[in-house]
Amino acid sequence: MAFEGLPGLVETREAFGETTLVVDPARLVEACTALRDEHGFDMLIDIAATDYLGWGSPGVSGYIGTAQGRNLNRPMTQGLQALPAPKPKRFSLNYHLLAIRPGGPRVRVQVWVDDGESVPTVVPLWPGADWFEREAWDMMGIPVEGHPHPERLLMDEDWEGHPLRKDYPIGGEPVRFSGEE
Amino acid sequence: MALPATKDPIYEGTRIPSPIPTVLEVDPTVKDTDDILTVNFGPNHPSTHGVLRLIVDLDGEVVVGVHAKVGYVHTGFEKNMEQKTWWKGITYAPRIDYLAYQNNELVFVLAIEKLLGLEIPPKAAWMRMLMSELNRIHSHLVWLGTAALELGAISMFWYTFRERETILDLSELVAGYRMHTRYFQTGGLAEDIPTGFYPECRKFVEWMPKAIADYDSLLRKNEIWEDRTIGLGLLNRSDAIALGQTGPVLRASGVDWDLRRDNPYLYYDRTHFHVPVYPGGDTYGRYRVRIEEMQASVDIIEQCLDRLERMEGEPWIADDRKVVLPPREELHTSMESLIHHFKIVTEGYRVPEGEVYVAVESPRGELGCYVVSDGGPRPWRVKFRAPSFAALEATATAVQGAYIADLIAIVGSLDTVMGEVDR
Repeated sequence: MAFEGLPGLVETREAFGETTLVVDPARLVEACTALRDEHGFDMLIDIAATDYLGWGSPGVSGYIGTAQGRNLNRPMTQGLQALPAPKPKRFSLNYHLLAIRPGGPRVRVQVWVDDGESVPTVVPLWPGADWFEREAWDMMGIPVEGHPHPERLLMDEDWEGHPLRKDYPIGGEPVRFSGEE
Repeated sequence: MALPATKDPIYEGTRIPSPIPTVLEVDPTVKDTDDILTVNFGPNHPSTHGVLRLIVDLDGEVVVGVHAKVGYVHTGFEKNMEQKTWWKGITYAPRIDYLAYQNNELVFVLAIEKLLGLEIPPKAAWMRMLMSELNRIHSHLVWLGTAALELGAISMFWYTFRERETILDLSELVAGYRMHTRYFQTGGLAEDIPTGFYPECRKFVEWMPKAIADYDSLLRKNEIWEDRTIGLGLLNRSDAIALGQTGPVLRASGVDWDLRRDNPYLYYDRTHFHVPVYPGGDTYGRYRVRIEEMQASVDIIEQCLDRLERMEGEPWIADDRKVVLPPREELHTSMESLIHHFKIVTEGYRVPEGEVYVAVESPRGELGCYVVSDGGPRPWRVKFRAPSFAALEATATAVQGAYIADLIAIVGSLDTVMGEVDR
């Protein structure tokens, strides 16, 4: 399928038999509208956010309680043999679209944002995006501009931090009512 | 292909609340009459199918507002899986949706295999299909039993759990575990299929259609069941698509869509099965779809058995020693095997850099797994696209105008598993 001329298209990648369209976040809604109305991708299947903080460098993922973290990627032990290709910004948001028609074509729309930058909402296009966008805010801290209900979804309303960020430690949460206060 | 512009048989236009699609707000003109009673429903209510909280506004007995709150069983599966090797992550996947464990396991190993570019032997593929279909019947049985229980049909529960027990026994026979088997291994299966499995599974395949007919005869012409399911919990096809519904909920809204047939994985394209579609978009349609899907699953299991019985002695796991554990008996004689075993268990295997999205048809709909690898032994990111998560978003659309008693049946008919919604 050809996606040339899609509004805001930055790059098209083909890997593992999947098509990824990297789109300028400012023109995300235009691009999604074109994909839905012209290319027939009528269903938004998923929005998956990824944090690339520390991508390819040691000591970020998986630290348990220590100040520096545990270096899981020391050379010659576990971890990387070659450094992975750098990413343009810290977060990626991946919109997985599906067309309900024979063959079931799929496409992944990817936008890149840095910490604090927001993405426009796609709820007017696909109402099902509501909880997925709230989850992206809750878990990754990516603000969604224009969302009708911008609240946390899974964590408590007063929760601090965004648990799926790479700088959010495992085992570091305070335990309430532990008797140590 | 745009949807045909025919008259929608369920309802015209859209009923998705605006501006927030997942929250049904009380009409302000009604709210001012002071007749609205707000009821907190859950999170620990026996009929909420897990730990779901609904804040319901009632006008008399009629639901005029609903607000679903989730997150009570958020346990950070995705975060945890980032800390574990790919190999150990397989253990986490089935626990996310604890009723469709085999399908969860399947989607995660398929994602790893897609990144690795690993081919699995045919015997493993057929057995994976067989186990997934057994699991689908298991999940639908639990749904049917509890959904009927909520409407007062207590005996259904005993019958469905009797057959569920047989499925768990079959799992135990194959994998040693009744649930959360971790039987699917990167590259194939963890163990060969035991010899006693085929005759036992045949017995089940012969028995099950009779059991399904029994369930159907208990409920289908049951007046109470019909009154409380037909025409309730409506969701038309354009709303179902807009809300990202998949699986039985989508098929009950008249959309003929099944990933096993339309986006086939494993060897589903070599099997024949019926995809039930109902045009009603109601609770009854979802019940019919699930009942008929059980029969379709039995048909697939039978076809898998026909193949598997002729595959005696064939390999059940790929021959790639960098990814697959060496056979246990080699550890006593081969230094090389011992080293490989040690390396895979302690460090894990490296998975090429990249990102993939894999989807399978779980009993609840499209179960997707988006994984990112940085080339190391641990996933950089794992994201499960839970079908229940999307299904629960349709609550506010489907319960409009329902009675409070039917609310239970309608939310139940969406078949949500909260472990999967909250992850």
